[in-house]
Amino acid sequence: MTTPYDIVIIGGGNAALCAAITAAEAGSRVLILEAAPKAYRGGNSRHTRNFRCMHSAPLGPLIESYSEEEYFGDLMKVTDGKTHEGLARLAIRTSEECLPWMQEHGVRFQSALSGTLSLGRTNAFFLGGGKGLVNAYYRTAEKLGVKVIYDASVTHLEVEDGKVVFLDYSHQGRSHRLSPAAIIVAAGGFQADTDWLARAWGPAAKNFLIRGTPYNRGVVLADLIDQGVEQVGDPTQCHAVAIDGRAPKFDGGIVTRLDCVPFSIVVNKDAQRFYDEGEDVWPKRYAIWGRLVAGQPDQVGYVIIDAKSLNLFMPSVFPPIKADTLEELAKKMGLPAAELRKTVDTFNASCGDTNGFHPTELDGVTTTGLIPPKTNWARPITEAPFYGYSLRTGVTFTYLGLKVDENAQCSIGNRPISNLWAAGETMAGSILGQGYLAGFGMTIGTVFGRIAGKEAAEYAN
Amino acid sequence: MQIDLIQEARRQAEVCNACRYCEGYCSVFPALHANRAFSDGDITQLANLCHNCRGCYYACQYTAPHEFDLNLPAALADVRHDSWEVYAYPSQIARQFQKNGMAIAAATITGFALLFAAAKWLGQGHGIGFYAVISHNMMVAIFAPAFLFPLFSIGISLRRYWTATEGQKIKVKHIAQAFSAAANMRNLSGGHGNGCNFEDKDRFSQARRVAHQLVLYGFLLCFASTSSGTILHYLFDMQAPYSLLSLPKLLGVPGGIMLTIGTIWMVLLKFQADPNLGAMAAWGGEVAFIALLGFVAFSGLALYALGSTAVMPTILALHLGAVLSFFLLMPYTKMAHGFYRLAALVRDAQRTSG
Ligand SMILES: Cc1cc2nc3c(=O)[nH]c(=O)nc-3n(C[C@H](O)[C@H](O)[C@H](O)COP(=O)(O)OP(=O)(O)OC[C@H]3O[C@@H](n4cnc5c(N)ncnc54)[C@H](O)[C@@H]3O)c2cc1C
Ligand code: SF4
Ligand code: SF4
Repeated sequence: MTTPYDIVIIGGGNAALCAAITAAEAGSRVLILEAAPKAYRGGNSRHTRNFRCMHSAPLGPLIESYSEEEYFGDLMKVTDGKTHEGLARLAIRTSEECLPWMQEHGVRFQSALSGTLSLGRTNAFFLGGGKGLVNAYYRTAEKLGVKVIYDASVTHLEVEDGKVVFLDYSHQGRSHRLSPAAIIVAAGGFQADTDWLARAWGPAAKNFLIRGTPYNRGVVLADLIDQGVEQVGDPTQCHAVAIDGRAPKFDGGIVTRLDCVPFSIVVNKDAQRFYDEGEDVWPKRYAIWGRLVAGQPDQVGYVIIDAKSLNLFMPSVFPPIKADTLEELAKKMGLPAAELRKTVDTFNASCGDTNGFHPTELDGVTTTGLIPPKTNWARPITEAPFYGYSLRTGVTFTYLGLKVDENAQCSIGNRPISNLWAAGETMAGSILGQGYLAGFGMTIGTVFGRIAGKEAAEYAN
Repeated sequence: MQIDLIQEARRQAEVCNACRYCEGYCSVFPALHANRAFSDGDITQLANLCHNCRGCYYACQYTAPHEFDLNLPAALADVRHDSWEVYAYPSQIARQFQKNGMAIAAATITGFALLFAAAKWLGQGHGIGFYAVISHNMMVAIFAPAFLFPLFSIGISLRRYWTATEGQKIKVKHIAQAFSAAANMRNLSGGHGNGCNFEDKDRFSQARRVAHQLVLYGFLLCFASTSSGTILHYLFDMQAPYSLLSLPKLLGVPGGIMLTIGTIWMVLLKFQADPNLGAMAAWGGEVAFIALLGFVAFSGLALYALGSTAVMPTILALHLGAVLSFFLLMPYTKMAHGFYRLAALVRDAQRTSG
């Protein structure tokens, strides 16, 4: 069967679009198959806000410099060394030329931010966020003649003798088959398939919320792995953070985050504390709280603060539950009131001198004799009104992915598949074994999307 | 104020405050992020800082069908129009015209009729040119109050706005900052210099900015032309009609051309744009107002061109009738937005520079 397209790209997020634009500029006829309807196009990329970028001198919105060594060092810290050095350095080094490329292709950056994250040197923030970026790329791609089909979910790639011979996708209830010269997979992880998550994690995963798109269900990933295409990454691992328990099941995105844990005590549904809330500043801790909450009964936690802490953190999208007494708060939140009272009293009694309290740095204001301790920002919870938020585990992405080489090419039985490339979240496990560095997801997608687009175009033309 | 409109805008502002992705688009977001909770006055001020460029709609990951259902441009437009209605003096009149294109048309036709009547029965002048149709004194008798009353009315409105948004004592630097923002429509640049998303979904373009500048500067030139005519008349005893190289015509002809082109362009853009991202209920009123403004300009130009022909008296009555309704309706139509916008910019300058 012949296809009017040289290259079919599976997915419609950042990695897919960078690949599509690059391939189209190299003269290929490109088709994007995006599983989501147009209103939800752009996968998790539509929820992003920034891109981490190496630079030797001020670049676009980025100030000062951020060297390859420093960037790589930051990455090694968060992944505990579980990083593929060659691919990571490739991503880091190439990120510098990506920023001007992004601008040339329509992406606009914020100049200065009032937000709390102090990432002005390392991360470039998109004006309008990831959806603004995705919109700009779709405009650019369409101008280059790239065709996009929405509501087009790829169901199968037939791998035969080290080559993909055709792919199937469903669109408007009908199945279609295409045999393009080259294929690029940029379909994200599998976190939206909670059954799969539950198989990997146990039944607790059914209670997880998915922070991003419901369309990243890992269909293509599973299909390729089943056929023996090389995989990488721990299937039981996902990046999960603690978010507001009232967030929607899917697509809650950035606004569901809660930054108040360091100024609170967090209890489980039995009103018992379970971890040091003040271990470190929140940007360094929010990712472990996803797991901590996942380990509690019903996978839920409850944050309790009092009036003096209310204005210390970024406002969140849902208002806190408010009550004049702890008992009333317990009742409103469905917690055992007497137990909550006891936990708070015990905590309060173990707080010491709070004069050194400093909300934005590790202040050493700690509890004594309490298990688990609270090692910073430990101030007694005494001032009415009291406020509470529920916490749930919010999954950002999964680590299991397709293994690629420095050309973003997939392989089978240690031999490259001649016409299959992968980019973005779906191959990020090739670089990151665990952990995550803010803004690196978009770096991987942009760098490897462009590599995949270039390689596929060279092959197809 | 309509509580439900304010409440909806507040709900959306709270989502934006937790998100902050749109910070760089315009001055609404920095002002929004400066608060944790929003009083009715805060929401009114934010609404009047917004100029409906729609950048924050197309970039928003929470627009319908998402359950957060963000449409900040529309929510703010609804509050904005409501505030103009409520603060207008007398506000009953605003209710008639703000959203109602038919009412504006009817008022305009009444204006025509009045001027025809004036020309036919009253004050037939002994002067030359236009004053042969309507005497100068007659014109003054009609237009002086028609010009002064709207200014008085808008003054009251702005006072009401200032109280509602808890404005402070105004300093020169506030005004300077506001005028510089308005003069180059800094906020219409979209924060990145590529303009706004108005007529073609998420594509950025300068069309609306340029069209609006044509209207604004065209209007100011026409206004200057009329003023210079008045000065010539009273101070130098030089009476209309003026020659092509006179000040009124040097200002008025380019002004009229800019205003005519600008208004036609604005209406075309409005027809292309998605009405769901603006104040739906006010759409008709806005288009009718732009049409009226365009007609003022066009009939003025026609008067220059055909001033010495037999159709002149008819055109003069049409032109002056349109001018009359334009001025009288000023506090109750889209024209009021210019005053509120300046007030909002001054108010915002107080926030940023203290
Ligand atoms: C709330 C949130 C905030 C984030 N913020 C940041 C940030 O600020 N910076 C950063 O670097 N990273 C961030 N990330 C991570 C980032 O989103 C990802 O690393 C990045 O978007 C991955 O891009 P991608 O193109 O690989 O995948 P995606 O953008 O997820 O795109 C995958 C695409 O594949 C499509 N698809 C899936 N299955 C199929 C199929 N079978 N057939 C056809 N199409 C299919 C999907 O519809 C989607 O369009 C964030 C993630 C979340 C959830
Ligand atoms: S309009 Fe949407 S994307 Fe922009 S700040 Fe508000 S919630 Fe965020
Ligand atoms: S529509 Fe434009 S001016 Fe209004 S809030 Fe959104 S970005 Fe700002």
